[in-house]
Amino acid sequence: MSLAIDVRGLRFRYGGGSWVLDIPELSLERAQRAFLFGPSGSGKTTLLGVLAGVLEPEEGEVNVLDRDLTSLSGAQRDAFRAEHIGYVFQMFNLIPYLSVLDNIALPVRMNAARRARLDGAGIKETAALLADHLHIGDLLKKRVTELSVGQQQRVAACRALIGAPEIIVADEPTSSLDFDRREAFLELLFAECESAGATLVFVSHDRTLEGMFSRTISLPDVNKAAL
Amino acid sequence: MLVLDLALKSLRNRAFSTSLTVGSIALSVALLIGVENVRVGMRESFSNTISQTDLIVGAKGGTIQLLLYSVFGMGSPTNNLSWDTYREWAEHPAVEWTIPYGLGDSHRGFRVIGTNEDFYRYYRYRGGQEIALAQGRAGSEVFDVTLGADVAAELGYGLGDQVAVTHGIGEVGFLNHDEMPFTVVGIIEKTFTPVDRAVYVTLEGIEAIHFGWEDGAPPMPGEEHTHEEVLAMAEIEITQVTSFFVGAVNRRDVLRLQREVNDYEGEPMMAVIPGLALSEMWQGIGYAETGLRVVTIFVVLVGLLGMLVSLYTSLNERRREMAILRAVGAGPKRIVALLVLESVCLSAAGAIAGLALVYVLLSAGQPIVEAQAGLFIPIRPPGLIELLFLGAVVAAGFLMGFVPALKAYRTALHDGLAVRV
Repeated sequence: MSLAIDVRGLRFRYGGGSWVLDIPELSLERAQRAFLFGPSGSGKTTLLGVLAGVLEPEEGEVNVLDRDLTSLSGAQRDAFRAEHIGYVFQMFNLIPYLSVLDNIALPVRMNAARRARLDGAGIKETAALLADHLHIGDLLKKRVTELSVGQQQRVAACRALIGAPEIIVADEPTSSLDFDRREAFLELLFAECESAGATLVFVSHDRTLEGMFSRTISLPDVNKAAL
Repeated sequence: MLVLDLALKSLRNRAFSTSLTVGSIALSVALLIGVENVRVGMRESFSNTISQTDLIVGAKGGTIQLLLYSVFGMGSPTNNLSWDTYREWAEHPAVEWTIPYGLGDSHRGFRVIGTNEDFYRYYRYRGGQEIALAQGRAGSEVFDVTLGADVAAELGYGLGDQVAVTHGIGEVGFLNHDEMPFTVVGIIEKTFTPVDRAVYVTLEGIEAIHFGWEDGAPPMPGEEHTHEEVLAMAEIEITQVTSFFVGAVNRRDVLRLQREVNDYEGEPMMAVIPGLALSEMWQGIGYAETGLRVVTIFVVLVGLLGMLVSLYTSLNERRREMAILRAVGAGPKRIVALLVLESVCLSAAGAIAGLALVYVLLSAGQPIVEAQAGLFIPIRPPGLIELLFLGAVVAAGFLMGFVPALKAYRTALHDGLAVRV
């Protein structure tokens, strides 16, 4: 089975500063649920930026779904991300001036290839179905500012999942939730990833969740640049 | 289109700052277009003070001076022309019509113009409008007087009122021709030209009030002519005119006619082409309008700078939004497009609102300006100038949009998906 992510000899730094990432080797199989942990400042968000093709490494190969992102232009990487990657932030995931529905629909409206993955189903219907799965079906018409933090994170998960991208990247999406809600959120996320066959890269500094994942990666162990 | 949808929703979300920005642009655009309208109105009403007159002829002197005293009722004539000279030119084969003017007297600050029925027949203003009478008839008898609309309104005169004419042009003449009272027989409809501020009598009337004044001083006691004596005269001989207006048979002859007048040997006299002289005059005073226009362009720039500031300062709050857009696949170009589009929407909305505001203000203010300032500002559908202004405002908004957009672009590239606040 081909790899979802295969990073080799990756080195990254901001401007001319010191190395933030120096990862000789890191790979993830498809449909894995990977738990990537590391203390703050260990380069977690930076690594996700590189994997998503937003940040460009200085050296190395970044193969995502067998495509080397470093060989793509910026616009190609943007299109690749739009089609193949769903992203969930730690908090404030939503665009304040869009409704819940519009927020969920954003990736498929942004990118035609992602839209094509709906297999002819309507954007609205798909969004509503996902929202139902994540138990926020009654919130679609609401303004995002009326939602609780937990509801916001579920909307963000719907947005990451719509159009069934192969890779879901979640950057500490549960750190603003209390413990019970974390587990509930994760279980819903897992169920959706599983049914879509998506690879989940979940980042956290909180190891209490580790047990729920099929694989654990310690960033300080793989990143030689870590302090 | 997604980016347009985002831009509009984002602007709506910031409704307060959006409406402030649009409002300030609208006000500045309204000022720009309003000033342009007033400017055009002023120039048109100025150059249309008199129309269809090919030449104005008077004693030799300054071009502008002749125009001022003949058309605008300002300044004093230097010299008169003899009646015989006037008749000679009036019968010139190239001349179709003339209007003689006898000037030099006033009534309570308003100029008195001695003329004849040709004034009512041939005088044209604002693109060929004729002198029309609001009340009564055109004066034709020695002691008839016809009033301009403003004169009648300001002095409260009506038909049948007695009017005394002052010798000289001052507000308060110290030598009153009290013994020669005139009777108001007609009031001219408002023209929004200097015609409104003049008092029209016949040339015979002018002669009559000067009986005994031939040496420039009041008649000696006992030598005055009474009202009745004048009326009893079979015919009053007209001796002089101050200037006269000429309509040529053929416009092609105007230049030749002008040269002939200027070279006339019987008397030192000159002819001016009113259109040329008016535009020459306007150029002299027109620098003020250029200054005004420059000021209003700067006002528009200030309005657009306000938009720039508002967009730029909002960027910091919007870094999270930019990161989200990047994460769902928006390239930096889309971020730039979003911000430029917001800027274009703001300036276009401001420009259109400004244009609408001009029409609202014009239709509300036109009668007031007309009544108060005598300035007629025509309300027309937006012309090339207005569209040019609006286009320039939107183009400026487009260009200015790149300032916040490029900042957001750099931030988006640098921040990646992290948001460092």
